[in-house]
Amino acid sequence: MRLEPIEKDMLEGKHGKSAQKSMEILTTLGEIFGAECMVDVHGVQIAGVSYANLGEAGLEFLNEMAEDGKVRVLTTLNPAGMDRENWRALGIDEEFAKNQNRAIDTFAKMGIITTCSCTPYLIGNAPHYGQHIAWAESSAVCYSNSVIGARTNREGGPSALAAALTGKTPKYGYHLDENRHGQILFEINAPVKGTDEFGVLGKLIGDKLVELGKKIPYIAGIPSATVEELKSFCASVATYGGTALFHMEGITPEYNKYTKPSEIVIEINQDDLDKTRTELIDDDLEIDFVSLGCPHASIHEIAKIAKLLEGKKVKKEFWITTARPTKRIADEAGYSKIIEDAGAKFAADTCCVVAPIKGRFKGIMVDSAKACYYGRAKNKFKVKIGSTEQCVEEAIK
Amino acid sequence: MKLEGRKIYKGIAEAEAIVTKDGISFYGGVDPDTGIVVEVGHDLEGQSITGKALVFPTGKGSTVGSYTMYRMKKNNMAPAAIVNESIDTIIAVGCIISEIPCVDKIDINCIKNGQKIIVNGSKGTVEVK
Repeated sequence: MRLEPIEKDMLEGKHGKSAQKSMEILTTLGEIFGAECMVDVHGVQIAGVSYANLGEAGLEFLNEMAEDGKVRVLTTLNPAGMDRENWRALGIDEEFAKNQNRAIDTFAKMGIITTCSCTPYLIGNAPHYGQHIAWAESSAVCYSNSVIGARTNREGGPSALAAALTGKTPKYGYHLDENRHGQILFEINAPVKGTDEFGVLGKLIGDKLVELGKKIPYIAGIPSATVEELKSFCASVATYGGTALFHMEGITPEYNKYTKPSEIVIEINQDDLDKTRTELIDDDLEIDFVSLGCPHASIHEIAKIAKLLEGKKVKKEFWITTARPTKRIADEAGYSKIIEDAGAKFAADTCCVVAPIKGRFKGIMVDSAKACYYGRAKNKFKVKIGSTEQCVEEAIK
Repeated sequence: MKLEGRKIYKGIAEAEAIVTKDGISFYGGVDPDTGIVVEVGHDLEGQSITGKALVFPTGKGSTVGSYTMYRMKKNNMAPAAIVNESIDTIIAVGCIISEIPCVDKIDINCIKNGQKIIVNGSKGTVEVK
């Protein structure tokens, strides 16, 4: 790899131990994937924040990096294993809370903004079209590449941290035009509306991509989509298909930059969507938990939930997972009071995927196909997908 | 016999080879406190990889695996070296942060279980004794 003088200096340890270790990680990855050089990044999103995933080993590594490591670019954090203010009410034990805070404090020591959200693009870590970034968190990677048109590979925890501590990432993969072409055309011949339906579509396309060994879908036939619908779609197609980039005709900024794929065309009809939806609803279901906000709820979604819950009482455990800054807006707008008066709980800084709630509930209802995947695989719940309205109905039933 | 591969992480280790044709997921697949492979149905299930030159095709599973490797190193339970056919990011990052000598692009069919090998991560070679 061709290195700039400052990159060489970092590698030789002239900028401290953690910058050296970081540059070792980045140059090695660059060599493996055939990068010719590094590229400056404008922002970083770090995953691997929940203590449940990090463990003492991960924490020890972070502590070592924090000895002399400081981030060089805007860097934010993925969700943690708990709400940092309201963890007791959400049933998180004292020991876990202590360890989770140790991890977050270590990130803060390095100058990372500890927003703890999977939607950095909604709360100030927002790249613009064409900017190079180094993000972990598969749904946010997919959103930034596809919806914003920024450029990032799917980073892991350590490689994202290395990018933050050096301001660099190796230039390969999705940083290069040649790797951003759509590979398969999906023609959608049915109306798709709502976060749940976009999640269903994401699973359908994701499963198909895995089957065909492809990564970048080009999707035609969607006349319009909201930010919330796209965020749900990104989470789903990234979870089921490992997708980091898609193009959506008339919607995403790069859809007409490259040749529209025509070799493989897959038609998706109402029947296909219906069939996929049934795959996200388990048999013998007893729902005792409803969770909205995967990925983290936007202020628009919270406003909608408040309207649906106004004057009602929930009869099941009901979480709304969101970013702390979004929660603060909801507080000021009066939505939080309406939601909490109805008996629902905010779980800021965390989510139903990373919180240590394995086995605590029997069945979960969600409006997110990603939440279905992790509800089953990680938390051993039975799952049901439905619209936001249906989820609220279930909670107050 | 000297096999020429690609250097991934520096350092030289001489150790007994433990060879498998299965991929390895350190997160969930290996117990970091004992060094024993615990993945059900894995070719190496029940065997210790501690202090061995671990030879396998490529990594698999969660990116948290890099941290598991680091934990094994801190517990003195890590393999002495790693040899892959084609390295993935989890194993590469794990070797770098844990400082385990590592070489890839090696035809692992040339290495037999129990053979003494010298993994030279600085030169990218594996010598079979």
